[in-house]
Amino acid sequence: MATVPGSPDQAATIAEEARTASEAATREQRELTPTERAIAGVEASTPKEALTRTLAAEASAQGPGERGPMVINLGPQHPSTHGVLRLITELDGEVVRDVHPVIGYLHTGIEKQCENKTYWQAVTCVTRCDYLAPFFNIHAYNLAVEKLLGLEVPPRAEYIRVMMCELNRISSHLVWLGTSGLELGAMSVFFYAYREREQVLDLFEMVAGDRMNTRYFWPGGCAEDLPPEFERELRRLLDVLPSRIDEYEGLLSANPIWLERTKGVGVLPPDELINLGVTGPSLRAAGVDLDRRKLAPYSGYEHFDFQIPVGANGDSYDRYLMRIREMRESARILGQAIDGLPEGRHIADDRKVVLPPREELATSMEALIHHFKLVTEGFTVPEGEAYCAVESPRGELGCYVVSDGSPKPMRVHVRDPSFVNLQAVRPLTVGTYLADLIVTVGMLDPVMGGVDR
Amino acid sequence: MSEPVWVQIVKAIIIFFVVITVFAYLVLIERRTLGRFQARPGPNRAGPAGFWQPLADVIKLIFKEDFVPKTADRFIYTIAPVIAVAAAVTGIALIPFGDPITIGGTEIKLVGADIGVGLLLLFALSGIGFYGLILGGWASGSKYSTLGSARTAAQLVSYEVAMGLSVVGVIVLSQSLNLTEIVDAQRETVWYVLFQPVGFLIFLIAMVAEVNRAPFDLPEAEGELVAGYHTEYGGLKFAMFQTAEYINLLVVSALAATLFLGGFAGPWMSGVWWLALKMAVLIFGFIWLRATMPRLRYDQLMKFGWKVLLPIATLNLLVTIIVVGVAFQNS
Repeated sequence: MATVPGSPDQAATIAEEARTASEAATREQRELTPTERAIAGVEASTPKEALTRTLAAEASAQGPGERGPMVINLGPQHPSTHGVLRLITELDGEVVRDVHPVIGYLHTGIEKQCENKTYWQAVTCVTRCDYLAPFFNIHAYNLAVEKLLGLEVPPRAEYIRVMMCELNRISSHLVWLGTSGLELGAMSVFFYAYREREQVLDLFEMVAGDRMNTRYFWPGGCAEDLPPEFERELRRLLDVLPSRIDEYEGLLSANPIWLERTKGVGVLPPDELINLGVTGPSLRAAGVDLDRRKLAPYSGYEHFDFQIPVGANGDSYDRYLMRIREMRESARILGQAIDGLPEGRHIADDRKVVLPPREELATSMEALIHHFKLVTEGFTVPEGEAYCAVESPRGELGCYVVSDGSPKPMRVHVRDPSFVNLQAVRPLTVGTYLADLIVTVGMLDPVMGGVDR
Repeated sequence: MSEPVWVQIVKAIIIFFVVITVFAYLVLIERRTLGRFQARPGPNRAGPAGFWQPLADVIKLIFKEDFVPKTADRFIYTIAPVIAVAAAVTGIALIPFGDPITIGGTEIKLVGADIGVGLLLLFALSGIGFYGLILGGWASGSKYSTLGSARTAAQLVSYEVAMGLSVVGVIVLSQSLNLTEIVDAQRETVWYVLFQPVGFLIFLIAMVAEVNRAPFDLPEAEGELVAGYHTEYGGLKFAMFQTAEYINLLVVSALAATLFLGGFAGPWMSGVWWLALKMAVLIFGFIWLRATMPRLRYDQLMKFGWKVLLPIATLNLLVTIIVVGVAFQNS
């Protein structure tokens, strides 16, 4: 993973890996694992060479009666590739012989744009990475910036952040549930899931004024305090949510067709998933208890009582089940957070970083100066670098910020779980059916905004 | 005593227009019903309760560009939807919808074409209808369409067999292949669903596969094949495939009603309404299934057809033949 993709270095590495893998397999007289098969299957070549080989294989078998593979382009415009993922798929009948994911169709240069923005303007950029989990993007970014600044976030702000993130986890999982249900032909679940998501987005709108790409978290806390009617509306949501989740489960969890479509589909052993860097529900479904909220609690997650659902088989059904259970756990966290919401300010009181309250501007000269400096120039951040990760709905979402002491970040890098999880598509799907490929990609839940950034 | 030609022509025209109207509103009813299932209103903008929606859809589709892909086989591509619709509409002509009536001394049978081997012909027509789908997918010159038509062919083979076997039980009981006579035979005894519950069940499952609807909508599995065999079709040609699909839905539900639920026979109302009522119940079941069920995978569908439905259908047929044989011997 240290080598640059497509370089001769990497080709050599893959060739070496393939050789060792097949040698090891012959020695131990065992079947090749799916990853090894995928690597060996492309004759130890770079992704580009493998793709060339795929296309050549199709072109070579054009004569009458000749049996060659069929290459089809799933995407970038296809009903079930979650946006603009393109999968060049080599098919033998309905069996997938090879998959070449092609990304970059949604590249908007978010990371680069951040370098031209002041720290608090960059919040607006990072929120648009994984557009289904905007709060997690800004949360990771803000944690990194706060770490560089050494800024303490007041407890109320932490609680509000936790609540927003857990609401966002629910809304993101609802989109996943709806769309992957639709891909499998269960169309009603889509509408039910979106009905509840609407309620969550209404809460976002109430709090942040924006339904999706909010910039509600600022370095130091949250942009504004919660509106007074928030608690009532949140409790209304929490009252109906468990029964609504039961409704989805009633439609799917024991549905024989759903079981047949997802059980045993897209399985890799946990150690291979770890080697591929897969995190989040996809990894936990395989029985690995890895969650940033428990492993390295941030923003006061240690104060909440919640479970990390862990699966056993690591198949698509378990991935489905993990996310359903996570929604229930998120609802539990939300209940505890709203019950125990501490009093106090919603944002830190450091005037060098945080905008002064609006009402002070009319009376305090100092506040006016701070306001002017912050808005025009931004705040400076001490030289250094920081990486902070949060547990997003798709896995470990980290933000790496390098500061050169100026008001603008020198480098912002987002470790997006969708991007890393996408690596697993090939080993997970080679040798399965075309329909399973759709299920597997759906259950990995990549969001292309996060992949391409 | 066959009917005069003019009667047959008038009947054909009336049946055709009634069926086309019913088809148009069937689409609307399905969309509205699905909407109710899915906590949304469904199409309700064009006219009261969306009454003009079918008309709006047709006008939109007529004005679409008549597009033929460069890689397509132009002739087959154009003729395929016609085959599909023709087979479907011909199928509806074989369904009896009432007792004969007499107008001005001419006895008119309330069936498009009263043919001795009507049931066999229906199966033949549904086979021809599938050609429209297969050829259409094949001639589009697109890979998704090709996969879709390959799936159609496979599905046809797997489910026609089970469907045919499930129907043979009815033929054995009624001693006839004529649909009107099958209805009459049920009038004398009881609905055949009581004699043939297993056969009815197999027929219901197979007919869902026959009309490519969820959970057996693999030939047009949106999640994988974009739109399957009709991916490359647009405008009126697409509308024709749509028509064929919904008229097939009408045909198979009418057939199920005729074979197992006593067809048009029933007290108090005229035959047409009884048939319509029975069909409506079956079609509601179709829509319900679509709202509830995910899609099967291709190999699972094949496995189900060959390893579950076919053996049960064969067994059912064997038992029926033995029982009927013994009963006849005693009588």
